[in-house]
Amino acid sequence: MRSPRSARYPLVLGLLLALAVGATNCQEDPPPATGTGGPPPGVVDGIDTLTGLVAAGDYLLVKGNCLACHSAKLITQNRADREGWLGMIHWMQEKQNLPDLGPNEGPILDYLSTYYAPEESGRRPPLEVTEWYELPD
Amino acid sequence: MYLAPDQFPAALPALHRRRFLRLAGLPVVYAAVLPPGLALLGLPDPLPGKHPGLTVLNDRPVNAETPAHLLAPEITPAERMFVRNNGVVPAGLPSTPTSVPQDWSLRVSGEAVPAPVTFTIGELQRRFTAHTYRITLECGGNGRAEFSPPASGNQWTTGAVGCAEYTGVRLRDVLQAANYDRSQAIYVGYYGKDTHLSGDPDKVPISRGVPLAKALEDESLVAWAMNGAPLPLLNGYPLRLVFGGYPASCSGKWLSEIVVRDRVHDGEKMGGQSYRVPCEPVAPGTDVAEADLCIIEEMPVKSLITSPRTGAVIEPGRTLPLAGHAWCGSSAVARVECSIDFGSTWQPCRLSRPVNRFAWQQFAADVSFPRPGYYEVWARATDEAGRAQPMVLPGWNPRGYLNNACHRIAIKVV
Repeated sequence: MRSPRSARYPLVLGLLLALAVGATNCQEDPPPATGTGGPPPGVVDGIDTLTGLVAAGDYLLVKGNCLACHSAKLITQNRADREGWLGMIHWMQEKQNLPDLGPNEGPILDYLSTYYAPEESGRRPPLEVTEWYELPD
Repeated sequence: MYLAPDQFPAALPALHRRRFLRLAGLPVVYAAVLPPGLALLGLPDPLPGKHPGLTVLNDRPVNAETPAHLLAPEITPAERMFVRNNGVVPAGLPSTPTSVPQDWSLRVSGEAVPAPVTFTIGELQRRFTAHTYRITLECGGNGRAEFSPPASGNQWTTGAVGCAEYTGVRLRDVLQAANYDRSQAIYVGYYGKDTHLSGDPDKVPISRGVPLAKALEDESLVAWAMNGAPLPLLNGYPLRLVFGGYPASCSGKWLSEIVVRDRVHDGEKMGGQSYRVPCEPVAPGTDVAEADLCIIEEMPVKSLITSPRTGAVIEPGRTLPLAGHAWCGSSAVARVECSIDFGSTWQPCRLSRPVNRFAWQQFAADVSFPRPGYYEVWARATDEAGRAQPMVLPGWNPRGYLNNACHRIAIKVV
């Protein structure tokens, strides 16, 4: 199912998908941390460079179970508590043919609700300016 | 490089399209310089026909918004029109269309049509009078990124809006030619050729619509052209609906069928939390039962500062030329004001009249600052019914729709 579907998507996505799927197997546990040496391959500044996911906790489970069907951006741009993420999983199961996640559901929810939790903010937080520039005449 | 709109620090920096390509290990190439049909490394550009400055929110399905300063033109160029797709773009269509397929067919059916009728685009063009209107289309979720507690979905900031010139035939004329039953008709729904993200051929990605009265308005079009050219592939080529003033999801893309219903259309994303908000106002974060949600119809009054881009630094004593657009779901915008003191005082802006109903209007002002320092310039539009934009997020709702809070930019006088 993966290859014909990915073939319908643009190259970049297909590539990301193939690498993401190839890099992990959702049925396997992530490789144990060695405690020595640098971060796992493909991780820069704590971010998995292929997907943009925070490379911590059970992120490989998320790569294996979620990214075969949708972009990692659907995760990285959203924020929710555990209940909120569970609601989205249920919605995908109802509407998008997502199968039961079985024993992986708990660890996936732990990951999402830890690294993509809501941030407390005012109703109009201060503006953040990424670049100040001289206004031309 | 424009990474992420500055107004919403809660949102993670969105991946800029060029940065996305670079991170993916691909050469950064402007799609505009590629010959038509030739794709990146032999495979399709993820955003065919679109400006490289668009902010990609999601690549599967494709969703991308337009930074405010790229929306400065009075008529939004096709390559700058935002992309909001629920499913997968139909296969087999040209990535940068140059002509409209005369044999593309549109079926008209439903309980309130005596017998289904099919028109090809060629027949639509020959049989009915073509009309051109400048129509503002805005995603119902534009501004979702500002919701707290957050709302799930694409985290649109301010750029899921644009105003282009659409050419097509009136939906009213098509429905009349199909001899629809006025005594039965309640709602008009659509189906398109886009496919479901899961790949399941039995699932419909989106099938929404509008109440009959909206469908019968002069400006409600079955359109094949944007700004005098075929529709961009990502915006519904070769045929789409256009309903100004309603959430853009009502304006079905890759249009293949129209259904005249004897009930409120019950297609995909007409129910549940999709494009629906609490019928009665709720406290932020409230769990709202589906039975207590109502379908969004008219969009509220809104405005966008398109010039200067946020972050401008000017010298003391210099006047800042401010410009942007204002629009609303019905009637017209009556006035736009701006403030440099967080709403303590407002000064009127010059405001054009809409060229037609649902076209956005242009505002402008010359803003001076009393002393050096940091300023925010806020814009506030008021419609002809006296309804103004709120300065904070209005009515919280579970999926983050209808945020028409005032837009603002940061300025330093140094």
